[in-house]
Amino acid sequence: MSVLAPENRQARPAPEPGAASMWLSDGWTVTKRNLTKLKRSPDMLVFAVLQPIMFVLLFSQIYGGSIQVQGTDYTQYLMAGIFAQTVIFGSTFSGSAMAQDLKDGIIDRFRTLPMSSSAVLVGRTNSDLVLNGISMLIMMATGFVVGWRVNAPFSSFLAGIGLLLLFSYAFSWVMALLGMSVKSPEVINNASFMILFPLTFISNAFVQSQTLPAPLEAFANWNPVSALVQAARELFGNVGSVPTPDAWPMQNAVPTVLIGAILMLLIFVPLCIRKFASISSR
Amino acid sequence: MIEASGLKKTYRSKSGPVHALAGMDLSVPRGTVKALLGPNGAGKTTVVKVLTTLIRPTEGTALVDGIDVLSNPKAARRIIGVSGQYAAVDENLTGFENLEMVGRLYHLSAREAKRRAQDLIEQFELTEAGNRPVKGFSGGMRRRIDLAGALVINPKVLFLDEPTTGLDPRSRLSLWGIIKNLVSDGTTLLLTTQYLEEADQLSDDIAVIDGGRVIAEGTADELKAQIGGHRVVVTLVNPADAGAAREILGRHGDGEATVGTDGRTVEVGVINGPRALQYVLGDLGQAGVELHDAGMRRPSLDDVFLKLTGRHAENTDENVPAEKENAK
Ligand SMILES: Nc1ncnc2c1ncn2[C@@H]1O[C@H](COP(=O)(O)OP(=O)(O)O)[C@@H](O)[C@H]1O
Ligand SMILES: [Mg+2]
Repeated sequence: MSVLAPENRQARPAPEPGAASMWLSDGWTVTKRNLTKLKRSPDMLVFAVLQPIMFVLLFSQIYGGSIQVQGTDYTQYLMAGIFAQTVIFGSTFSGSAMAQDLKDGIIDRFRTLPMSSSAVLVGRTNSDLVLNGISMLIMMATGFVVGWRVNAPFSSFLAGIGLLLLFSYAFSWVMALLGMSVKSPEVINNASFMILFPLTFISNAFVQSQTLPAPLEAFANWNPVSALVQAARELFGNVGSVPTPDAWPMQNAVPTVLIGAILMLLIFVPLCIRKFASISSR
Repeated sequence: MIEASGLKKTYRSKSGPVHALAGMDLSVPRGTVKALLGPNGAGKTTVVKVLTTLIRPTEGTALVDGIDVLSNPKAARRIIGVSGQYAAVDENLTGFENLEMVGRLYHLSAREAKRRAQDLIEQFELTEAGNRPVKGFSGGMRRRIDLAGALVINPKVLFLDEPTTGLDPRSRLSLWGIIKNLVSDGTTLLLTTQYLEEADQLSDDIAVIDGGRVIAEGTADELKAQIGGHRVVVTLVNPADAGAAREILGRHGDGEATVGTDGRTVEVGVINGPRALQYVLGDLGQAGVELHDAGMRRPSLDDVFLKLTGRHAENTDENVPAEKENAK
């Protein structure tokens, strides 16, 4: 038995592909690997699908009767909040998955291969974008069933989806950096609960910020989650006659989210790539 | 082929700095096999990680096939194959998919990557794991997939970090077979191990390391000559004979004989094992020393250590490493 490939069938890489095609092909290879993982251990997928359905039903059918929103029906108001909450939590998966890969040692394998230095991160954030997209579709379908309607042109509807996904994609990079910086995946899960729950609940996601006590109201109006919710609400035409709070990010929600997402990408993509170049399991 | 000099790596920890590498020099000529032999914590993994571009040393230089791994890690990665201390396989992918993915990331064409994965599956007798997710397979199987991953290209330089630690004796033998085959193909190999026997079986040249530096170097024979080729060990029926037995063993041994903590086991390093054993048994019989047991054994890492450093190697042998492999 000879373990090496025979000389005439050299299994040595061809001349190195160009940087761009290498980036694309490596990124795709890793994305495919992550998606296979989702398919094979579907607990994450089930969670990503069931959780938003539960939230939609819980809030619209159970709390819906007792939460009053001035000027519109609660289900219309609610959906943007649930979309935002779901994609934000969905993005935290990028962090725990990076931490898990690091712990499993597979990152060490990747880092000794001549692949593009951002491919693992690109593959990670891409596949989490797919996961978030699937969640979003399910949520929308559930929303339609319970009476949610888009009161805006189709292009605006698409822009709303695009904005939510852009934000979640950018946020995935933030979480990926965290995932590479902690000792275990559990830390990410715990930290995101501790930080993201208050952020989504002290916001305009489920209630009008005006109904919150004064200090919380101010916090909610400047909370980035609120801007995302407000932007999605506007683009889906679900604002109705609810007054927009008098704070800059609320008055300019769409630009706020766009700028925020672009800034996150500009800052965290390079930080992630730099961090990736030095991590290794213990 | 591998040239490293003055490698230092210092980690900060709560209890002060840890010098994982404290000025390590290594040289592995093309087409030869070098074993790094050392106990847990000696710095084996750290030096392999430096040479395979995973971590940067605090100081020092490292060349692999003439490529500076510190300034040009990408180029180095194109010619090396690595199998780290803990198998780095994706649990959710099948054996085939793992190898195919690695091939793609070495930038083989899609067809070539598939073909190579299939070849390796057959050569490594992984057919069973070929089409099922790795999850649920034994440590030995994972280890083989991981090793196959290191060979997806014909690496010019191969690194294996404790390839058989934690494996049962059968898997270990089978892996030794595979590695011996590779070596006969002329691959340059740097391998780390905690077992003197493994280093002896697989390598041309051994570097004994401790505390992040090389403390002895040479062929297995040279090292054995330093520490005595074999050890003659006798167990006495009566501990009162220990003094006499020690004197007799010392007479035929290469150095002082020692009495174990049980007071009944006396042993000594010898140069010609069988002959020394014959003489020892003859003399003990004449002196009327009754024996419970007598024999020869190969020196262990601990013996090497005791001889070289005057202290025992901590954490050596079968006890430690199996855990992490199973815990995953
Ligand atoms: N990331 C790290 N942080 C702190 N100390 C480390 C780290 N990696 C290794 N060490 C320490 O460096 C020393 C050498 O470790 P290692 O190279 O793993 O040894 P070996 O592989 O020979 O068992 C040990 O004392 C270990 O605890
Ligand atoms: Mg080690």
